[in-house]
Amino acid sequence: MPAPDANAATWIRARAPQWQALATEATTAAQRPRATVDEALSTLRTYRVMAQHLASARELLPGSFLAAALENACATLHAAINRAPRLTGVRWLTLFRDDIPAAAASVRVLALWIAALLLASTFAGWWLISTYPELISLIASPRMIDGVERGHLWTYQVLDIAPPAMLSAQIFSNNVVVTLGAFCTGLLFGLGAFYMIALNGLMLGGLLAFTHQHGLALGLVKFTLAHGPVELSVMCLAAAAGTALGEAVIRPVLPSRVESLRRRAAELGPLLLGCALLLLGSGLIEGFLSPRVMVSIPVRLGVGLGYWTLMLLWLSGRLMPRAPRVTPAAHTPRPDPRAIDPGRREGRTP
Amino acid sequence: MAEEELIVKGLTGVDISLRIAGPGTRSYAFVTDWLLRTLLALGLLLTGAVLRLILALGGHRAPGNTVMIAAGILAIATYILYHPVVEVAMRGRTPGLRKAGARIVTLEGATPGTGALLIRNLFRLIDSLPVCYMVGLACCMLTKQRVRFGDMVAGTVLVVDEPDPVRSLGRLSAQMQRTALSLEALRLIHDLLDRWPSLEDARRTQLARALLAKIDPGFDPRRGETESGPALRARLETLLAGPGR
Repeated sequence: MPAPDANAATWIRARAPQWQALATEATTAAQRPRATVDEALSTLRTYRVMAQHLASARELLPGSFLAAALENACATLHAAINRAPRLTGVRWLTLFRDDIPAAAASVRVLALWIAALLLASTFAGWWLISTYPELISLIASPRMIDGVERGHLWTYQVLDIAPPAMLSAQIFSNNVVVTLGAFCTGLLFGLGAFYMIALNGLMLGGLLAFTHQHGLALGLVKFTLAHGPVELSVMCLAAAAGTALGEAVIRPVLPSRVESLRRRAAELGPLLLGCALLLLGSGLIEGFLSPRVMVSIPVRLGVGLGYWTLMLLWLSGRLMPRAPRVTPAAHTPRPDPRAIDPGRREGRTP
Repeated sequence: MAEEELIVKGLTGVDISLRIAGPGTRSYAFVTDWLLRTLLALGLLLTGAVLRLILALGGHRAPGNTVMIAAGILAIATYILYHPVVEVAMRGRTPGLRKAGARIVTLEGATPGTGALLIRNLFRLIDSLPVCYMVGLACCMLTKQRVRFGDMVAGTVLVVDEPDPVRSLGRLSAQMQRTALSLEALRLIHDLLDRWPSLEDARRTQLARALLAKIDPGFDPRRGETESGPALRARLETLLAGPGR
């Protein structure tokens, strides 16, 4: 019987010519941006052969230079074969038509609770500043307080100096950071999301109470009327998604908390994209329309309600209804299994 | 300490093991990328400032300001969106990761999709807290797979990326066809040649002589005492190339 070394040497000499071709095929497969069916099948064949050689190399030459080279080449091919498909037009359509509304529907109840929390904290903020007006310094900057006390809303002062496009970009990025923050901090068992919502509610209520004390509340409401409904709703949605992440950690539905969190994050990811898009619209409204003093309240109300309705229609799946899927079962009746194999139905072996 | 490995179920039942990159590799890659994106952002700002100056000299002050604002927005966007955009475009790699010899894969060893890469980057908000990625780094040191929160949520891992593994297999098989050397001898020659520039001259010539005496029947150790380092290196390279070359 030949020695193991001799076996290995024979095995290497017999296969070495193949490896060069396999290596070339693997390089091409890893660099190919897209593949035809034939190319994909050829890559799979290469992978199969390479995996066989890897298994043999591990057996014959464990821990060797060759086994490591084969392992690395196999890993490269494995990554190339298991590559996620590119985002095509159909995938984008599915994302906007199905995935985002589905993610929104999965957090609908939580979003309502978060909205209730926002409302409650807004009232709390209003009560706090109405009762203890000196506490406004905790919420607003001295410049804002001075301006309001002199009868000017800070919103128009700030907005007058920056160009609308720049302002929209700035507002959009601020809102996105708050929204993403509400989502990400939900990881801390949902507490981070609660904190952000409660804090924003307190600030909103406090500022409304403070401006009301100086007769400017209507001006503030007028300013926020066009962009506010969507902005606040998106914040609630993101916080609800964050809370859902926290819930996945507290009450996992999969064997481990990490797996549960991972699945929930993958489900809710598209919703954040939707939130970012909605905030882009809000930012544009806030930068271009809200600061214009000439725009009347009915117009602002119309824009605000219109945009909010559009958001609701989209997130409820009514804006882009899914085409009914035609299944073969709908046309052809399923054959009765007993007619094909009566013995199987009865549990008998032939 | 044993190296951490990610064992991936292969499609044919043969498992593949991937070496997990540690916090050092991760930090090195991040710092490289940070320098790169900072330079890119500064470059954009500088371009904007130069254009503004040129326009101002031509008497066009208003367009110059617009150009500067646009350059500022672009610079901020480049700085903030560098990681998500580059990782998606380069399929789980960035210039920093490439330099550090690492790449991002899913727990199944696959190239991650756009969604996973975006979620991974989104959680930088948590990982970067309170300063200098302390949460991420602590998480990376404490977890078995050396992952930060973003990776944990997205289901991704940073693994060591072998420099051109497929080409090294091709080169190895070509050499094995040409030479009569054993696999172990090939490995030793490769190791020595790879380390050649970093070894002292006396040490590398000593190692080369010892190796040649063991694997090259045509090498006379006594005559070899007089051969210089470059000559010994050339001998080793000839052995790798085989008799046909």
